[in-house]
Amino acid sequence: MLKIISALIAGLLFGIGLALSGMVNPNKVINFLDITGNWDPSLMFVLGGAVITTTIAFRFIFTKEKPLFDNDFHLPTLLKVDAKLLIGSTLFGAGWGLIGYCPGPAVASLSFNLEKSSIVVISIVAGILLHEILKRPSKQ
Amino acid sequence: MENFTPLASALGGILIGISASILMYLNGRIAGISGIISGAFRSSSTFEKLWRLAFLAGLIGGGYIYNLFFPISIVPRESITTAILIIGGITIGIGTSMGSGCTSGHGICGVSRFSLRSILATATFLISGIITVYLVKIILE
Repeated sequence: MLKIISALIAGLLFGIGLALSGMVNPNKVINFLDITGNWDPSLMFVLGGAVITTTIAFRFIFTKEKPLFDNDFHLPTLLKVDAKLLIGSTLFGAGWGLIGYCPGPAVASLSFNLEKSSIVVISIVAGILLHEILKRPSKQ
Repeated sequence: MENFTPLASALGGILIGISASILMYLNGRIAGISGIISGAFRSSSTFEKLWRLAFLAGLIGGGYIYNLFFPISIVPRESITTAILIIGGITIGIGTSMGSGCTSGHGICGVSRFSLRSILATATFLISGIITVYLVKIILE
């Protein structure tokens, strides 16, 4: 139960942070990526603020043996840079630049921008499930 | 450089960082939204689904609360039609699933852990996003 409450609180803070930062506005995202045009560097401050905060906090957190409510830190086990990582990230960047949404802001703006963000969220879920279905045969 | 909001954006970023730190410190989990969405559908155990759904409910609630106090207005771009939203969303879904993460998981949590995979992923999606915006501009103008 504690783990569910802490996830809910983390989600709330994340959502408020996304809204305050301006990342929920796809126009701002597109202007950030539009470095040859009407460039808005604000989102660099979002990434910077977040990365600096987590870098400092993670240094402290990873000195602990385990998280407060769990037995292990669940970190990615895959360390190798492969084609999937780079092709996947290229595709993600293309979708991001095309519509100005990434997964977090699309979910966080469901309450005030329902029509557009619900289309985006459903399509993202469809894409995730599609990739899962497509990759299955090659694994066997 | 109109609409430049360095202070609000940095503060928002710090809040996002605090959220990611809380999730790691308390639950030992990475605040990667694409992974959390994927796990909310695909995890085998009910509990694994539940904490992810709670996080996503919080995410929606956070946007809702902010908008109550400071209403957000977004001017829709006519060039971004429903069909484009769907194509973009599906591309994002496939890309984040194949690349194991998005702006939050790679760009924030992974970069903060100095993960080589995440640093390269972040550079890749930023460059790809910049090129896409540029190409869209050329085609539309």
